[in-house]
Amino acid sequence: MSFITKPKITHPGLPKNDIGLTRRDYEGGMSTLCAGCGHDSVTAAVIEAVWGLSIRPEQLAKLSGIGCSSKTTAYFDSGGHGFNGVHGRMPSIATGAAAANRDLYYVGISGDGDTLSIGFGQFAHAIRRNVNMLYLIENNGVYGLTKGQFSASADIGSKAKRGEENKQPPVDPVMTALMLGATFVARSFSGDKEQLVPLIKAGLRHNGFALIDVLSPCVTFNDHEGSTKSYEFVRDHYDEVVHADFVPPATEITAQYAEGHALPVTLHDGSRILLRKLDPSYDPTDRTRAIGYLREKLQQGEHVTGLIYVDQSSSDFHAVNNTTATPLNQMAYEKLTPGRKGMEKIMGRYR
Amino acid sequence: MVNRESNVFPGILGRVCDRPCEPACRRGRVEEKPVAICRLKRVAADHRDDVTQFLPRAPRQKNGKRVACIGAGPASLTVANDLMPLGYDVTIFEKWGTPGGLMRTNIPSFRLPASVLAEEIGYIVDMGVDLRLGTPIESLKALLDSREFDAVFVGSGAPKGKDLSLPGRHETQAVEDHIHIGIDWLESVAFDHIKSIGKRVLIIGVGNTAMDCCRSSLRLGATEVKVMARKPRNFFKASDWELEDAEDENVEIVINHAPKSFVVENGKLTGMMFDRMEYQLDGNKILSEKVAGEVFFPCDDVILAIGQENAFPWIENDLGVEFDKWHVPKVDKLTFQSSRPDVFFGGDAAFGPKNIIWAVEHGHQAAISLHRFLQGQSVRERLPALLNLSSRKMGLHEWSYKNDYNPVERRLMPHVDLKERFKKINIEVELGFNAEQAAAEVQRCLNCDVQTVFDAKLCIECDACIDICPVDCLTMTANRPEEELRQHLKAPSRNKTQPLFVSSALKHTARVMVKDEDLCVHCGLCAERCPTAAWDMQKSTISIPHASDESPSCTPPQTLKIA
Repeated sequence: MSFITKPKITHPGLPKNDIGLTRRDYEGGMSTLCAGCGHDSVTAAVIEAVWGLSIRPEQLAKLSGIGCSSKTTAYFDSGGHGFNGVHGRMPSIATGAAAANRDLYYVGISGDGDTLSIGFGQFAHAIRRNVNMLYLIENNGVYGLTKGQFSASADIGSKAKRGEENKQPPVDPVMTALMLGATFVARSFSGDKEQLVPLIKAGLRHNGFALIDVLSPCVTFNDHEGSTKSYEFVRDHYDEVVHADFVPPATEITAQYAEGHALPVTLHDGSRILLRKLDPSYDPTDRTRAIGYLREKLQQGEHVTGLIYVDQSSSDFHAVNNTTATPLNQMAYEKLTPGRKGMEKIMGRYR
Repeated sequence: MVNRESNVFPGILGRVCDRPCEPACRRGRVEEKPVAICRLKRVAADHRDDVTQFLPRAPRQKNGKRVACIGAGPASLTVANDLMPLGYDVTIFEKWGTPGGLMRTNIPSFRLPASVLAEEIGYIVDMGVDLRLGTPIESLKALLDSREFDAVFVGSGAPKGKDLSLPGRHETQAVEDHIHIGIDWLESVAFDHIKSIGKRVLIIGVGNTAMDCCRSSLRLGATEVKVMARKPRNFFKASDWELEDAEDENVEIVINHAPKSFVVENGKLTGMMFDRMEYQLDGNKILSEKVAGEVFFPCDDVILAIGQENAFPWIENDLGVEFDKWHVPKVDKLTFQSSRPDVFFGGDAAFGPKNIIWAVEHGHQAAISLHRFLQGQSVRERLPALLNLSSRKMGLHEWSYKNDYNPVERRLMPHVDLKERFKKINIEVELGFNAEQAAAEVQRCLNCDVQTVFDAKLCIECDACIDICPVDCLTMTANRPEEELRQHLKAPSRNKTQPLFVSSALKHTARVMVKDEDLCVHCGLCAERCPTAAWDMQKSTISIPHASDESPSCTPPQTLKIA
């Protein structure tokens, strides 16, 4: 953390988005995380993406649980809505909020502990329901807030700061999400904004549940030699399989790609993701093969990154549950409550 | 004392300096107005305690060398200030009865009180300078022939105001009595020889002398003062703030009027005729001009403030001091030595009219030359300027400088009430900053002296510095030629003349860290957010050598002293 707040002064040449705002207009409070924390970079990437999509600050709902990662919702878009839930319970709050108001963009920010330990069940059901939200896991393999114990995502053989080795197998959120039927699964790295920012944009516009597992090193407890989630290790074992370029609606794709290397995927709102396949044999729309590929790379100790799987055909949460198109807060009170008589009628059914 | 080191006259310059430093101030890049450096120097000078015990002193044991300075202006006084503590005997010859040169004769006392002048000049003279007032040098030859001095410094200024030869200028004595040369007139006002002027006054020229003339006129009885300018406003020579101060006092500045003739009726000056000019402009360039008509302006007095020149009728041709065809002495720009080795020039006398702070700098440089020359050393082998860097880190996110950015705008200088100030000529108009204003103004400083120093070896490329930088001056990208690099910065590059900082290749990805210093506010957040201390905030201290930094005999030191 720092003792002074970030000066309000800006570069006069700062670009403005379609609604006349600069990146600085999407900032939040000053981060109290450790200097060099990967999470702060993820925050900056979210700011960049939300700004780039010209989302109005108040169109964003920020949801989180407990942990270093969950603190970060306070560090961006101070003009947005926010809910800091109980440990691991962010998905149910997101589900409820989405059901009540489908007009907002929901960004859930969680960590490896919040998602893969205490909140594992909630995580699974949010995927199962295909809730329209972007779910970001800031994954560093340790419990930073309680001084660096191994988390459920720590790899076998990864060493803690004091030297002890992790012997339990990790839960891989990407693999888990693929198994559970997630419709947008990506992995990225806090130190690679060129990859992360377009993924966040695509995830926000995806119709359904979008998971991005972001490797986000803990500089204080997990950035040493022997760690498999340090800045250095991630860079050395980085396998970007598909690069996603986000293309807003009504924008022409002008770049030329070699046959079989580029695959445009059209999103619900007309925007597209242009997938640049860095491994031509890989197919990001084939779930089974994606799982196989991941398994193979996992054994080699590689972090597969990029947009690993995307499916635009399945029904989202709203379609399945027939939720209201008009946000509840815009409906008349009479419509929302059955009234005394109506209530008696309902109660009568249970007598 | 820090204030005095290179400035020598902080109280004087804190009031009347031409402020070449302020346009360079980087605060002017992030908002419109630079830090009020000049007025802060005045604050420091006005609120000092007794400094006499810290002032340089002349040693009792003199080194036997004698230096004559001609003219007791800022250049000569600086020479004396630098050479007295080294053991030289310095004699200053001054034609007037008081020292100060142009600072006293040309700057009205409502801008610079005589007491401030007397005090700061006193610090120098009290070291034991032989100040010979009322002693004009009428012949350099005689001075040199007297063999009384080992070297001569000419700091006699540019004392000759330019005249304007137009029809009617010398028609009768009565006319001549009402046409004044600006700097001579100010001089007479300063010495109380002139105590009044007509009601309607025309000032010809818009330099800072013109501003002093018009404001002085108002204090001597004039009620309708017009400053006549030949060209449009962006061609004015006067400093913006001096123009503002004059206009605050209801002086009218008339543009695009070129003087044509003095109008005389019955042997008396009744006014002036002007050509009304029309210009075709392209930014700051005049493409063409034409006369669009004639205008008559009635007046009682005219003051000519159209420039000044140096004049050396007292330097004989056969002394070895060479002049160019403009009668400007040939002076070396580094050493201030003339073509005759034992004669040095400085201030306006050297290269024509500049300003006080330049005269002081000339004095410093000439003092180094005089010292080396009189010790039999080469005047060209001077000590280099040094730069020292030292970390400001005191603890976690604690720096030994105030790193927070203060958004306040430039403080306005409080002035004496418009009615009050005209009662006497010596009521100082500017009151000086109060404590609150000074504190706020100081905090506007962007701490250019505290530099962001980057060590590529330590960087783990976590992006923290880039994410936090408020003005987006940092970028991590693949290295390429500077022109291309400027296209890939996080925020567009505005100032192409300022070089980019480019680090060596970073450990993990071989990208480079690039910094565009242009708008950096030195808040130190990059260093605060850096987990590996690859960024550090380090104070840079520039040491500009003065004569006192040379060894007494000017020989190179035997052993290097390490500070």
